Amino acid sequence: MSQPALSIRRLRYSYGAHEVVDGIDLQADVGSILAVLGPNGAGKSTTISLAVGTRAPDAGEVRIFGLDPWRDHERTSVLTGVMLQDGGLPMSSKPLQVLGHLGSLYPDPVPVEELAGPLGIGDFANRTIRRLSGGQRQRVALAAALIGRPRLVFLDEPCAGLDPQSRAVVHDFIRDLRGQGVAVVLTTHDLAEAEELADEVVVIDRGRIIAHGAPEQLRNSSPENRRLVIGLAPPGPYPDLVTALNAIAPTSAGDSSVVVAGTLTSAQIADLCQAIAAAGQSITDIQMQAQSLSDVFFELTGRPLR
Amino acid sequence: MTGARTSATGSNAPGANATGSTGAGAARSPRDMRMRRVLAQTRFETLAVLRNGEQLLLSLILPLGMLVFLARTPLLEALEMIPPGTDPLTLALPAALSLCLASTAFTGQAIATAFDRRYGVLRQLATTPLGTTGLILGKLGAVIAVVLIQFALAFAIAGVLGFDWHIDVPALILTTLLGTAALLSLGLLMAGTMRAEAVLAGANLIWVLMAGAGGLVLAHPGEWGTVVAYLPSGALGDAMRAAVASGTTDVKALIVLLVWALAGTLAARRWFRFE
Repeated sequence: MSQPALSIRRLRYSYGAHEVVDGIDLQADVGSILAVLGPNGAGKSTTISLAVGTRAPDAGEVRIFGLDPWRDHERTSVLTGVMLQDGGLPMSSKPLQVLGHLGSLYPDPVPVEELAGPLGIGDFANRTIRRLSGGQRQRVALAAALIGRPRLVFLDEPCAGLDPQSRAVVHDFIRDLRGQGVAVVLTTHDLAEAEELADEVVVIDRGRIIAHGAPEQLRNSSPENRRLVIGLAPPGPYPDLVTALNAIAPTSAGDSSVVVAGTLTSAQIADLCQAIAAAGQSITDIQMQAQSLSDVFFELTGRPLR
Repeated sequence: MTGARTSATGSNAPGANATGSTGAGAARSPRDMRMRRVLAQTRFETLAVLRNGEQLLLSLILPLGMLVFLARTPLLEALEMIPPGTDPLTLALPAALSLCLASTAFTGQAIATAFDRRYGVLRQLATTPLGTTGLILGKLGAVIAVVLIQFALAFAIAGVLGFDWHIDVPALILTTLLGTAALLSLGLLMAGTMRAEAVLAGANLIWVLMAGAGGLVLAHPGEWGTVVAYLPSGALGDAMRAAVASGTTDVKALIVLLVWALAGTLAARRWFRFE
């Protein structure tokens, strides 16, 4: 099937004068995972609610397998599954009651036990949602998103607050979905997660897309995508040493390390070590690092808190 | 949240279910499917009320307890609410029926919906094929189901206590429908505009005020009586007393309920927010 599972074009939405979504273009394909990254308040969750048709866009176009989710909600909702950030589960009901009920709203639901088993929901099936831990609720919410046998899934921070075991289970589930030809759109703050799972990443900030591509491409988009981190003792500051190293390769100083950017030759590394020895510093650690998605993210969105 | 989905979902186009699924449901008509979803939601919400201890207290134990209490004690006669020698059930039964509606359509739904809204349950359901229209119809269905259970129990108790029936049945049905519509729309208006904790406190307080001073349970004499006749609680109380106690139709009270139902529905449509 060549038709994209989700296509969004020039999407706009504002709360009063505040443009939350300011001209977003997106595409999610079957059998692939798209990660939407961005700081808090960037417009990620609003974009998702526009995409699933629980809000009408001010302008622009959303299509789910060619259908408009706002005007043709009954048909698109059968094709989509949604996991909301705050769970969306009725507090006084039990997990299997909720999943059974949600399943009954779809024409061809997955049997509850096929989701409850692998997600370990049986272990706490007799407790009401109110009494579940955050991680347990997240697993029920994931099952709720998948119960209708969706072909496009929106997961809003699916692993927030999960312990490593639950996270691994959820990651496996997400990969399985991709394997079954489901299109997965997930938002996350966890850059490592995006890097690990996603086939494609978009970074949203202030309602706009500021970067877009495969994780690999994004990392390589920066000219200084490799660097050498040299741990030093005693700790700095060591302005003279940094000046000397800068003559060899672009260098910045940390508290007890220096970071030399770029891909370095053996001769350059030897020169660096000599200069460090000459400055009377001893080397405690040497690491060659590839630039992470996290570096790219900070580069694009800045460090200040929002 | 401007532009939130509050209108009917989906289209009536034939084959609206044809996309995507090859499952068992594919053969059913879209209208059938819609009906089944609404009924599923009605069932789920009805069971949620019946499983919830606080809701049971509010919608069954308090109104039915009051029915037995007023019928079995000389309180109404002592208060000179009824002439000496009259069966207290002639006032106790309509009081209990009105209180049942206030519990289920107003306080119970306001609190349940406010917390569902807070925890994103409404938004989650809005993303399913049920949609917002189906969700509201499902809630309405659950209110009607619970009211039927309440009324069945109240009439059974009244029968056991030896009630001498002279009910105006069409007036009772009309009163119940208009009273439910007025109270439910106002309850949902609260639930969709205020914080859940505020709804919890406010809806319970209003229940007490409606029962104690709002003309719901007993008619109030004098100027206050004139005022409460124009409130939903007083109008419901008047209409219910007319239908059940004297077997007549209080047209004025029914008109007041109709106006409140229309105003409440318009206001809820205008201001209810899903998040």
